[in-house]
Amino acid sequence: MNLHNVIDQIEKVDPEVYDRLNGRRAAMKSLANFSGKLALTTVPLALGSLFKKAYSQAPSSAILDVLNFALTLEYLEAEFYNKGLAASGLIPAGDDRMAFEVIAKHENAHVVFLIATIKALGGTPVSKPTFDFTAGNGSNAGPFAAVFTNYDLYLAVSQTFEDTGVRAYKGQAGNLISSNEVLRAALQIHSVEARHAAHVREIRSRKPSAFVVGMPLPWITLNNSNIASPAVQPSYNGEELTIQGGVQIVGINGFEITKEYASEAFDEPLTKEQVLAIVDPFIV
Amino acid sequence: MSEKIISDQTLALPQEMPSKEVSRRKFFTYAGLSAATAMAVTSCTKEQREYFNPRPKEGVDLGSGDIGILNYAYALEQLEAAFYLKVVSSYYEGATEKEKKYLKGICAHEIAHREFFKNALGDKAIGALEVDFSSIDFKSRASVLGTAKAFEDLGVSAYNGAGELLQSGAYLLLAGKIVSVEARHAAAIRDLIQYGDFAGNDVINAMGLDVVRTPPQVLAIADKYIVTKINASNLPTS
Repeated sequence: MNLHNVIDQIEKVDPEVYDRLNGRRAAMKSLANFSGKLALTTVPLALGSLFKKAYSQAPSSAILDVLNFALTLEYLEAEFYNKGLAASGLIPAGDDRMAFEVIAKHENAHVVFLIATIKALGGTPVSKPTFDFTAGNGSNAGPFAAVFTNYDLYLAVSQTFEDTGVRAYKGQAGNLISSNEVLRAALQIHSVEARHAAHVREIRSRKPSAFVVGMPLPWITLNNSNIASPAVQPSYNGEELTIQGGVQIVGINGFEITKEYASEAFDEPLTKEQVLAIVDPFIV
Repeated sequence: MSEKIISDQTLALPQEMPSKEVSRRKFFTYAGLSAATAMAVTSCTKEQREYFNPRPKEGVDLGSGDIGILNYAYALEQLEAAFYLKVVSSYYEGATEKEKKYLKGICAHEIAHREFFKNALGDKAIGALEVDFSSIDFKSRASVLGTAKAFEDLGVSAYNGAGELLQSGAYLLLAGKIVSVEARHAAAIRDLIQYGDFAGNDVINAMGLDVVRTPPQVLAIADKYIVTKINASNLPTS
Protein backbone atom coordinates (compact mmCIF):
# COMPACT_ATOMS: atom_id res chain seq x y z
CA MET A 1 0.00 0.00 0.00
CA ASN A 2 1.40 3.35 -1.03
CA LEU A 3 0.55 5.85 1.66
CA HIS A 4 1.34 8.80 -0.60
CA ASN A 5 -1.31 7.55 -3.02
CA VAL A 6 -3.80 7.22 -0.20
CA ILE A 7 -3.20 10.81 0.84
CA ASP A 8 -3.44 11.93 -2.80
CA GLN A 9 -6.81 10.22 -3.09
CA ILE A 10 -8.07 11.90 0.05
CA GLU A 11 -6.85 15.24 -1.23
CA LYS A 12 -9.03 14.84 -4.32
CA VAL A 13 -12.10 14.33 -2.17
CA ASP A 14 -11.21 16.81 0.55
CA PRO A 15 -8.85 19.62 -0.48
CA GLU A 16 -8.74 20.80 3.11
CA VAL A 17 -7.37 17.54 4.44
CA TYR A 18 -3.98 19.09 5.15
CA ASP A 19 -5.54 21.83 7.20
CA ARG A 20 -7.34 19.22 9.20
CA LEU A 21 -4.16 17.20 9.66
CA ASN A 22 -1.80 20.16 10.00
CA GLY A 23 -0.20 19.61 6.62
CA ARG A 24 0.81 16.77 4.36
CA ARG A 25 4.05 16.13 6.20
CA ALA A 26 2.18 15.82 9.48
CA ALA A 27 -0.37 13.54 7.83
CA MET A 28 2.36 11.26 6.52
CA LYS A 29 4.14 11.27 9.87
CA SER A 30 0.91 10.53 11.65
CA LEU A 31 0.17 7.66 9.30
CA ALA A 32 3.69 6.32 9.67
CA ASN A 33 3.31 6.40 13.43
CA PHE A 34 -0.01 4.63 13.24
CA SER A 35 1.14 1.97 10.85
CA GLY A 36 4.76 1.70 11.92
CA LYS A 37 4.49 -1.63 13.66
CA LEU A 38 1.18 -2.79 12.30
CA ALA A 39 0.70 -5.54 9.80
CA LEU A 40 -0.37 -4.29 6.38
CA THR A 41 -3.86 -5.67 6.87
CA THR A 42 -4.43 -3.38 9.84
CA VAL A 43 -3.47 -0.21 7.97
CA PRO A 44 -7.08 0.53 6.96
CA LEU A 45 -7.94 0.51 10.66
CA ALA A 46 -5.15 2.97 11.30
CA LEU A 47 -6.45 5.14 8.49
CA GLY A 48 -9.86 5.10 10.09
CA SER A 49 -8.37 6.29 13.36
CA LEU A 50 -6.45 9.03 11.57
CA PHE A 51 -9.57 10.25 9.82
CA LYS A 52 -11.48 10.26 13.07
CA LYS A 53 -8.85 12.49 14.57
CA ALA A 54 -9.00 14.77 11.53
CA TYR A 55 -12.72 15.01 11.00
CA SER A 56 -14.21 14.75 14.45
CA GLN A 57 -11.89 17.42 15.80
CA ALA A 58 -13.93 19.41 18.27
CA PRO A 59 -13.43 23.13 17.88
CA SER A 60 -11.12 24.41 20.56
CA SER A 61 -13.92 26.65 21.83
CA ALA A 62 -15.74 23.49 22.95
CA ILE A 63 -12.66 22.44 24.90
CA LEU A 64 -12.38 25.90 26.43
CA ASP A 65 -16.04 25.71 27.44
CA VAL A 66 -15.34 22.45 29.30
CA LEU A 67 -12.28 23.93 30.98
CA ASN A 68 -14.20 27.01 32.11
CA PHE A 69 -17.01 24.79 33.40
CA ALA A 70 -14.43 22.79 35.35
CA LEU A 71 -12.84 26.00 36.62
CA THR A 72 -16.19 27.17 37.99
CA LEU A 73 -16.54 23.91 39.94
CA GLU A 74 -12.98 24.14 41.21
CA TYR A 75 -13.57 27.75 42.36
CA LEU A 76 -16.59 26.43 44.27
CA GLU A 77 -14.65 23.63 45.94
CA ALA A 78 -11.54 25.70 46.66
CA GLU A 79 -13.49 28.49 48.33
CA PHE A 80 -15.61 25.99 50.28
CA TYR A 81 -12.46 24.47 51.81
CA ASN A 82 -10.62 27.77 52.25
CA LYS A 83 -13.60 29.16 54.16
CA GLY A 84 -14.04 25.93 56.11
CA LEU A 85 -10.43 25.95 57.24
CA ALA A 86 -10.75 29.64 58.17
CA ALA A 87 -13.93 29.12 60.21
CA SER A 88 -12.78 28.89 63.81
CA GLY A 89 -13.89 25.79 65.65
CA LEU A 90 -15.38 24.10 62.56
CA ILE A 91 -12.85 21.46 61.51
CA PRO A 92 -11.36 19.53 64.46
CA ALA A 93 -7.59 19.66 64.81
CA GLY A 94 -5.68 16.50 63.98
CA ASP A 95 -6.60 14.02 61.25
CA ASP A 96 -9.64 15.96 60.06
CA ARG A 97 -7.87 19.28 59.72
CA MET A 98 -4.88 17.69 57.99
CA ALA A 99 -7.19 15.95 55.53
CA PHE A 100 -9.01 19.15 54.61
CA GLU A 101 -5.70 20.99 54.26
CA VAL A 102 -4.67 18.35 51.71
CA ILE A 103 -7.98 18.60 49.86
CA ALA A 104 -7.89 22.42 49.90
CA LYS A 105 -4.33 22.37 48.55
CA HIS A 106 -5.44 20.21 45.62
CA GLU A 107 -8.53 22.26 44.81
CA ASN A 108 -6.56 25.52 44.87
CA ALA A 109 -3.93 23.89 42.65
CA HIS A 110 -6.66 22.82 40.22
CA VAL A 111 -7.86 26.42 39.98
CA VAL A 112 -4.33 27.62 39.17
CA PHE A 113 -3.79 24.77 36.71
CA LEU A 114 -7.05 25.34 34.85
CA ILE A 115 -6.51 29.09 34.56
CA ALA A 116 -3.04 28.47 33.15
CA THR A 117 -4.33 25.84 30.72
CA ILE A 118 -7.18 28.04 29.47
CA LYS A 119 -4.75 30.91 28.89
CA ALA A 120 -2.27 28.62 27.14
CA LEU A 121 -5.02 27.55 24.74
CA GLY A 122 -5.80 31.19 23.95
CA GLY A 123 -8.97 31.34 26.02
CA THR A 124 -10.18 33.65 28.76
CA PRO A 125 -10.68 32.08 32.19
CA VAL A 126 -14.05 32.85 33.76
CA SER A 127 -13.81 34.92 36.92
CA LYS A 128 -14.70 33.47 40.29
CA PRO A 129 -18.44 33.70 41.01
CA THR A 130 -19.82 34.85 44.33
CA PHE A 131 -20.84 31.77 46.30
CA ASP A 132 -23.55 31.14 48.85
CA PHE A 133 -22.63 27.87 50.57
CA THR A 134 -25.93 27.79 52.43
CA ALA A 135 -27.45 26.92 49.03
CA GLY A 136 -29.60 30.05 49.34
CA ASN A 137 -28.86 31.59 45.95
CA GLY A 138 -27.42 34.68 47.59
CA SER A 139 -29.73 34.92 50.60
CA ASN A 140 -27.06 33.25 52.75
CA ALA A 141 -29.98 31.67 54.58
CA GLY A 142 -30.49 28.54 52.51
CA PRO A 143 -31.06 24.97 53.77
CA PHE A 144 -27.37 24.67 54.71
CA ALA A 145 -27.31 27.88 56.77
CA ALA A 146 -25.14 26.24 59.45
CA VAL A 147 -22.59 24.89 56.96
CA PHE A 148 -19.64 26.77 58.50
CA THR A 149 -20.69 26.22 62.11
CA ASN A 150 -21.92 22.62 62.06
CA TYR A 151 -19.09 20.22 61.13
CA ASP A 152 -21.45 17.31 60.43
CA LEU A 153 -23.30 19.43 57.88
CA TYR A 154 -20.00 20.67 56.45
CA LEU A 155 -18.92 17.05 55.92
CA ALA A 156 -22.21 16.24 54.18
CA VAL A 157 -21.85 19.19 51.80
CA SER A 158 -18.19 18.32 51.19
CA GLN A 159 -19.09 14.74 50.26
CA THR A 160 -21.75 16.01 47.89
CA PHE A 161 -19.35 18.44 46.20
CA GLU A 162 -16.69 15.75 45.74
CA ASP A 163 -19.05 13.06 44.46
CA THR A 164 -20.63 15.63 42.13
CA GLY A 165 -17.20 16.77 40.94
CA VAL A 166 -16.29 13.21 39.99
CA ARG A 167 -19.49 12.88 38.01
CA ALA A 168 -19.01 16.27 36.36
CA TYR A 169 -15.50 15.53 35.04
CA LYS A 170 -16.65 12.08 33.90
CA GLY A 171 -19.46 13.63 31.93
CA GLN A 172 -17.07 15.95 30.07
CA ALA A 173 -14.39 13.40 29.10
CA GLY A 174 -16.04 12.71 25.76
CA ASN A 175 -15.93 16.41 24.88
CA LEU A 176 -12.16 16.37 25.30
CA ILE A 177 -11.44 13.29 23.19
CA SER A 178 -9.90 15.36 20.40
CA SER A 179 -7.18 16.73 22.67
CA ASN A 180 -4.93 14.13 24.26
CA GLU A 181 -3.26 16.64 26.55
CA VAL A 182 -6.42 18.23 27.94
CA LEU A 183 -8.19 14.87 28.30
CA ARG A 184 -5.20 13.46 30.16
CA ALA A 185 -5.14 16.40 32.59
CA ALA A 186 -8.89 16.21 33.14
CA LEU A 187 -8.61 12.51 33.98
CA GLN A 188 -5.75 13.28 36.36
CA ILE A 189 -8.00 15.75 38.20
CA HIS A 190 -11.00 13.39 38.03
CA SER A 191 -9.24 10.62 39.97
CA VAL A 192 -8.01 13.09 42.60
CA GLU A 193 -11.61 14.19 43.19
CA ALA A 194 -12.56 10.52 43.60
CA ARG A 195 -9.83 10.07 46.22
CA HIS A 196 -11.17 13.13 48.06
CA ALA A 197 -14.71 11.77 47.89
CA ALA A 198 -13.61 8.41 49.28
CA HIS A 199 -11.86 10.06 52.21
CA VAL A 200 -14.68 12.43 53.12
CA ARG A 201 -17.01 9.42 53.06
CA GLU A 202 -14.52 7.60 55.31
CA ILE A 203 -14.53 10.51 57.77
CA ARG A 204 -18.34 10.42 57.81
CA SER A 205 -18.39 6.65 58.35
CA ARG A 206 -16.33 7.18 61.50
CA LYS A 207 -18.47 10.03 62.81
CA PRO A 208 -22.15 9.14 63.21
CA SER A 209 -24.42 12.18 63.37
CA ALA A 210 -27.92 13.32 62.56
CA PHE A 211 -26.72 14.02 59.02
CA VAL A 212 -25.37 10.53 58.42
CA VAL A 213 -27.77 7.91 57.09
CA GLY A 214 -26.59 4.31 57.27
CA MET A 215 -22.89 3.60 56.96
CA PRO A 216 -21.14 5.53 54.17
CA LEU A 217 -18.57 3.50 52.25
CA PRO A 218 -15.72 5.00 50.19
CA TRP A 219 -17.79 4.22 47.09
CA ILE A 220 -21.43 4.96 46.16
CA THR A 221 -24.01 2.22 46.72
CA LEU A 222 -27.08 2.40 44.47
CA ASN A 223 -28.30 6.03 44.63
CA ASN A 224 -27.77 6.32 48.39
CA SER A 225 -26.36 9.66 49.46
CA ASN A 226 -25.99 8.57 53.11
CA ILE A 227 -27.00 12.16 53.83
CA ALA A 228 -30.15 13.18 55.71
CA SER A 229 -31.22 15.81 53.21
CA PRO A 230 -33.31 15.39 50.07
CA ALA A 231 -31.58 18.49 48.68
CA VAL A 232 -28.47 16.47 47.76
CA GLN A 233 -30.33 13.62 46.03
CA PRO A 234 -29.82 14.95 42.46
CA SER A 235 -26.08 14.35 42.99
CA TYR A 236 -26.77 10.64 43.50
CA ASN A 237 -29.63 9.88 41.15
CA GLY A 238 -28.52 7.61 38.33
CA GLU A 239 -25.67 6.02 40.32
CA GLU A 240 -27.84 2.92 40.76
CA LEU A 241 -27.21 1.87 37.15
CA THR A 242 -26.21 -1.80 36.80
CA ILE A 243 -26.18 -2.19 33.01
CA GLN A 244 -22.91 -1.02 31.42
CA GLY A 245 -22.43 -0.87 27.67
CA GLY A 246 -25.39 -3.21 27.30
CA VAL A 247 -23.90 -5.71 29.75
CA GLN A 248 -25.89 -6.57 32.91
CA ILE A 249 -23.39 -6.57 35.77
CA VAL A 250 -25.68 -8.13 38.42
CA GLY A 251 -24.81 -11.83 38.61
CA ILE A 252 -22.56 -11.48 35.58
CA ASN A 253 -21.29 -14.83 34.25
CA GLY A 254 -22.61 -16.58 37.37
CA PHE A 255 -20.57 -14.52 39.86
CA GLU A 256 -22.23 -13.29 43.05
CA ILE A 257 -22.36 -9.66 42.05
CA THR A 258 -25.34 -8.06 43.80
CA LYS A 259 -27.02 -4.92 42.50
CA GLU A 260 -25.26 -3.05 45.30
CA TYR A 261 -21.82 -4.26 44.20
CA ALA A 262 -22.70 -3.73 40.53
CA SER A 263 -23.67 -0.11 41.16
CA GLU A 264 -20.60 0.53 43.32
CA ALA A 265 -18.24 -0.84 40.67
CA PHE A 266 -19.11 1.88 38.16
CA ASP A 267 -19.46 5.60 38.86
CA GLU A 268 -21.89 7.45 36.62
CA PRO A 269 -21.52 10.75 34.76
CA LEU A 270 -23.64 13.87 35.00
CA THR A 271 -24.25 16.25 32.12
CA LYS A 272 -23.15 19.86 32.33
CA GLU A 273 -26.80 20.89 32.63
CA GLN A 274 -27.40 18.47 35.53
CA VAL A 275 -24.31 19.73 37.34
CA LEU A 276 -25.20 23.40 36.82
CA ALA A 277 -28.67 22.73 38.22
CA ILE A 278 -27.07 21.09 41.27
CA VAL A 279 -24.65 23.94 41.96
CA ASP A 280 -27.05 26.72 41.01
CA PRO A 281 -28.27 27.37 44.60
CA PHE A 282 -24.61 27.83 45.61
CA ILE A 283 -23.84 30.40 42.93
CA VAL A 284 -25.10 33.96 43.32
CA MET B 1 9.15 -50.04 23.81
CA SER B 2 8.98 -47.51 21.01
CA GLU B 3 8.20 -44.81 23.53
CA LYS B 4 11.18 -45.84 25.58
CA ILE B 5 13.43 -45.45 22.56
CA ILE B 6 12.17 -41.91 21.97
CA SER B 7 12.54 -41.13 25.66
CA ASP B 8 16.09 -42.41 25.61
CA GLN B 9 16.83 -40.30 22.59
CA THR B 10 15.38 -37.31 24.35
CA LEU B 11 17.49 -37.93 27.41
CA ALA B 12 20.54 -38.48 25.28
CA LEU B 13 20.19 -35.20 23.44
CA PRO B 14 23.36 -33.16 23.60
CA GLN B 15 23.12 -29.87 25.46
CA GLU B 16 23.57 -27.75 22.36
CA MET B 17 20.56 -29.32 20.66
CA PRO B 18 18.12 -26.48 19.85
CA SER B 19 15.38 -26.38 22.43
CA LYS B 20 12.61 -26.49 19.87
CA GLU B 21 13.97 -29.86 18.73
CA VAL B 22 13.73 -31.03 22.32
CA SER B 23 10.20 -29.75 22.47
CA ARG B 24 9.23 -31.68 19.39
CA ARG B 25 10.67 -34.91 20.69
CA LYS B 26 9.08 -34.31 24.06
CA PHE B 27 5.80 -33.67 22.31
CA PHE B 28 6.00 -37.04 20.64
CA THR B 29 6.82 -38.62 23.96
CA TYR B 30 3.95 -36.99 25.77
CA ALA B 31 1.60 -37.65 22.91
CA GLY B 32 2.47 -41.33 23.13
CA LEU B 33 3.20 -41.59 19.42
CA SER B 34 5.06 -44.62 18.14
CA ALA B 35 8.50 -44.27 16.65
CA ALA B 36 7.06 -45.17 13.30
CA THR B 37 4.52 -42.37 13.54
CA ALA B 38 7.24 -40.05 14.62
CA MET B 39 9.28 -41.00 11.63
CA ALA B 40 6.32 -40.45 9.39
CA VAL B 41 5.69 -37.04 10.90
CA THR B 42 9.29 -35.93 10.66
CA SER B 43 9.21 -36.69 7.00
CA CYS B 44 6.03 -34.80 6.28
CA THR B 45 5.68 -31.45 4.52
CA LYS B 46 6.93 -28.16 5.92
CA GLU B 47 3.40 -26.97 6.67
CA GLN B 48 2.68 -30.09 8.64
CA ARG B 49 5.95 -29.75 10.51
CA GLU B 50 5.04 -26.17 11.41
CA TYR B 51 1.83 -27.47 12.89
CA PHE B 52 3.60 -29.97 15.06
CA ASN B 53 6.45 -27.67 15.88
CA PRO B 54 4.99 -24.22 16.43
CA ARG B 55 7.24 -21.25 16.96
CA PRO B 56 7.97 -20.42 20.60
CA LYS B 57 4.77 -19.15 22.15
CA GLU B 58 4.74 -15.37 22.38
CA GLY B 59 1.98 -15.13 24.95
CA VAL B 60 -1.20 -13.14 24.42
CA ASP B 61 -1.45 -10.31 21.93
CA LEU B 62 -3.63 -7.50 23.31
CA GLY B 63 -4.41 -6.41 19.78
CA SER B 64 -4.64 -2.94 18.26
CA GLY B 65 -6.93 0.08 18.42
CA ASP B 66 -9.70 0.33 21.00
CA ILE B 67 -9.88 -3.47 21.27
CA GLY B 68 -6.24 -3.49 22.30
CA ILE B 69 -6.85 -0.90 25.00
CA LEU B 70 -9.90 -2.78 26.30
CA ASN B 71 -7.83 -5.99 26.43
CA TYR B 72 -5.13 -4.05 28.28
CA ALA B 73 -7.74 -3.01 30.86
CA TYR B 74 -9.07 -6.57 30.93
CA ALA B 75 -5.57 -7.85 31.71
CA LEU B 76 -5.20 -5.42 34.62
CA GLU B 77 -8.64 -6.28 35.97
CA GLN B 78 -7.77 -9.98 35.77
CA LEU B 79 -4.68 -9.29 37.86
CA GLU B 80 -6.59 -7.29 40.47
CA ALA B 81 -9.48 -9.74 40.69
CA ALA B 82 -7.14 -12.72 41.09
CA PHE B 83 -5.31 -10.91 43.87
CA TYR B 84 -8.42 -9.99 45.84
CA LEU B 85 -9.96 -13.44 45.37
CA LYS B 86 -6.89 -14.84 47.09
CA VAL B 87 -7.08 -12.16 49.80
CA VAL B 88 -10.72 -12.88 50.66
CA SER B 89 -10.31 -16.68 50.49
CA SER B 90 -8.23 -16.43 53.67
CA TYR B 91 -7.83 -13.02 55.28
CA TYR B 92 -4.52 -11.94 56.78
CA GLU B 93 -4.00 -12.29 60.52
CA GLY B 94 -5.79 -9.64 62.54
CA ALA B 95 -8.09 -8.43 59.76
CA THR B 96 -10.90 -6.36 61.29
CA GLU B 97 -14.54 -6.75 60.25
CA LYS B 98 -14.33 -3.37 58.53
CA GLU B 99 -11.23 -4.38 56.61
CA LYS B 100 -12.89 -7.63 55.52
CA LYS B 101 -15.96 -5.70 54.38
CA TYR B 102 -13.87 -3.29 52.32
CA LEU B 103 -11.72 -6.03 50.78
CA LYS B 104 -14.77 -8.13 49.97
CA GLY B 105 -16.41 -5.16 48.31
CA ILE B 106 -13.32 -4.28 46.31
CA CYS B 107 -13.01 -7.93 45.26
CA ALA B 108 -16.60 -7.90 43.97
CA HIS B 109 -15.96 -4.66 42.07
CA GLU B 110 -12.84 -6.04 40.40
CA ILE B 111 -14.66 -9.22 39.40
CA ALA B 112 -17.44 -7.05 37.97
CA HIS B 113 -14.86 -5.08 35.96
CA ARG B 114 -13.11 -8.23 34.76
CA GLU B 115 -16.28 -9.97 33.66
CA PHE B 116 -17.58 -6.78 32.07
CA PHE B 117 -14.52 -6.53 29.83
CA LYS B 118 -14.68 -10.25 29.06
CA ASN B 119 -18.28 -9.97 27.89
CA ALA B 120 -17.82 -6.65 26.14
CA LEU B 121 -14.82 -7.96 24.19
CA GLY B 122 -16.52 -11.25 23.31
CA ASP B 123 -14.39 -13.27 20.91
CA LYS B 124 -11.81 -10.47 20.84
CA ALA B 125 -10.99 -11.02 24.52
CA ILE B 126 -7.58 -12.36 25.49
CA GLY B 127 -7.57 -15.60 27.48
CA ALA B 128 -7.13 -16.01 31.21
CA LEU B 129 -3.75 -14.78 32.41
CA GLU B 130 -1.57 -16.89 34.67
CA VAL B 131 -0.55 -14.87 37.73
CA ASP B 132 2.32 -15.23 40.18
CA PHE B 133 1.72 -13.92 43.69
CA SER B 134 4.65 -15.78 45.26
CA SER B 135 6.17 -12.44 46.33
CA ILE B 136 3.10 -11.65 48.47
CA ASP B 137 2.65 -12.91 52.03
CA PHE B 138 -1.11 -13.32 52.20
CA LYS B 139 -0.92 -13.87 55.99
CA SER B 140 0.60 -10.43 56.47
CA ARG B 141 -1.55 -7.30 56.68
CA ALA B 142 1.35 -5.13 55.58
CA SER B 143 2.07 -7.31 52.55
CA VAL B 144 -1.56 -7.60 51.44
CA LEU B 145 -2.51 -3.95 51.93
CA GLY B 146 0.83 -2.77 50.52
CA THR B 147 0.21 -4.80 47.38
CA ALA B 148 -3.41 -3.62 47.19
CA LYS B 149 -2.23 -0.01 47.39
CA ALA B 150 0.31 -0.61 44.62
CA PHE B 151 -2.29 -2.31 42.39
CA GLU B 152 -4.93 0.39 42.92
CA ASP B 153 -2.58 3.31 42.36
CA LEU B 154 -1.23 1.48 39.30
CA GLY B 155 -4.75 0.93 38.00
CA VAL B 156 -5.61 4.61 38.39
CA SER B 157 -2.48 5.66 36.51
CA ALA B 158 -3.17 3.06 33.81
CA TYR B 159 -6.72 4.27 33.13
CA ASN B 160 -5.58 7.89 33.30
CA GLY B 161 -3.06 7.09 30.56
CA ALA B 162 -5.38 4.89 28.50
CA GLY B 163 -8.15 7.43 28.00
CA GLU B 164 -6.32 9.38 25.31
CA LEU B 165 -5.52 6.14 23.44
CA LEU B 166 -9.20 5.37 22.89
CA GLN B 167 -11.01 6.52 19.76
CA SER B 168 -14.53 5.72 20.93
CA GLY B 169 -16.28 8.16 23.25
CA ALA B 170 -18.44 5.32 24.56
CA TYR B 171 -15.39 3.30 25.63
CA LEU B 172 -13.81 6.43 27.09
CA LEU B 173 -16.88 6.96 29.25
CA LEU B 174 -16.78 3.34 30.43
CA ALA B 175 -13.10 3.68 31.33
CA GLY B 176 -14.01 6.87 33.20
CA LYS B 177 -16.74 5.05 35.13
CA ILE B 178 -14.19 2.49 36.28
CA VAL B 179 -11.17 4.68 37.01
CA SER B 180 -12.90 6.76 39.67
CA VAL B 181 -13.89 3.55 41.46
CA GLU B 182 -10.26 2.42 41.32
CA ALA B 183 -9.32 5.80 42.81
CA ARG B 184 -11.88 5.29 45.59
CA HIS B 185 -10.31 1.87 46.24
CA ALA B 186 -6.83 3.40 46.28
CA ALA B 187 -7.89 6.05 48.78
CA ALA B 188 -9.68 3.49 50.99
CA ILE B 189 -6.70 1.13 51.06
CA ARG B 190 -4.27 3.97 51.70
CA ASP B 191 -6.48 5.16 54.57
CA LEU B 192 -6.44 1.63 56.03
CA ILE B 193 -2.64 1.60 55.94
CA GLN B 194 -2.17 5.15 57.19
CA TYR B 195 -5.26 7.18 57.92
CA GLY B 196 -5.10 10.47 56.00
CA ASP B 197 -2.85 9.17 53.20
CA PHE B 198 -5.74 8.93 50.69
CA ALA B 199 -4.04 11.30 48.23
CA GLY B 200 -0.40 11.39 49.26
CA ASN B 201 2.32 13.45 47.68
CA ASP B 202 3.74 10.24 46.18
CA VAL B 203 0.74 10.11 43.81
CA ILE B 204 -0.54 13.68 43.56
CA ASN B 205 1.84 16.30 42.16
CA ALA B 206 2.12 20.00 42.98
CA MET B 207 -0.50 20.84 40.34
CA GLY B 208 -2.97 18.55 42.08
CA LEU B 209 -2.79 15.94 39.32
CA ASP B 210 -2.83 12.15 39.83
CA VAL B 211 -0.31 9.77 38.27
CA VAL B 212 -0.59 8.85 34.60
CA ARG B 213 1.28 5.96 32.96
CA THR B 214 1.52 4.56 29.44
CA PRO B 215 0.73 0.88 28.81
CA PRO B 216 4.45 -0.08 28.54
CA GLN B 217 5.15 1.63 31.87
CA VAL B 218 2.21 -0.13 33.54
CA LEU B 219 2.98 -3.55 32.10
CA ALA B 220 6.62 -3.29 33.16
CA ILE B 221 5.45 -2.81 36.76
CA ALA B 222 2.77 -5.52 36.55
CA ASP B 223 5.17 -7.96 34.86
CA LYS B 224 6.39 -9.29 38.21
CA TYR B 225 2.91 -10.66 38.92
CA ILE B 226 1.99 -11.99 35.48
CA VAL B 227 3.45 -15.22 34.13
CA THR B 228 1.74 -15.07 30.74
CA LYS B 229 3.79 -13.04 28.33
CA ILE B 230 1.79 -10.03 27.15
CA ASN B 231 2.44 -8.57 23.74
CA ALA B 232 1.41 -4.90 23.86
CA SER B 233 3.34 -3.86 20.76
CA ASN B 234 0.21 -3.34 18.67
CA LEU B 235 -1.45 -0.96 21.12
CA PRO B 236 -2.00 2.62 19.94
CA THR B 237 0.51 5.14 21.22
CA SER B 238 -1.47 8.33 20.68
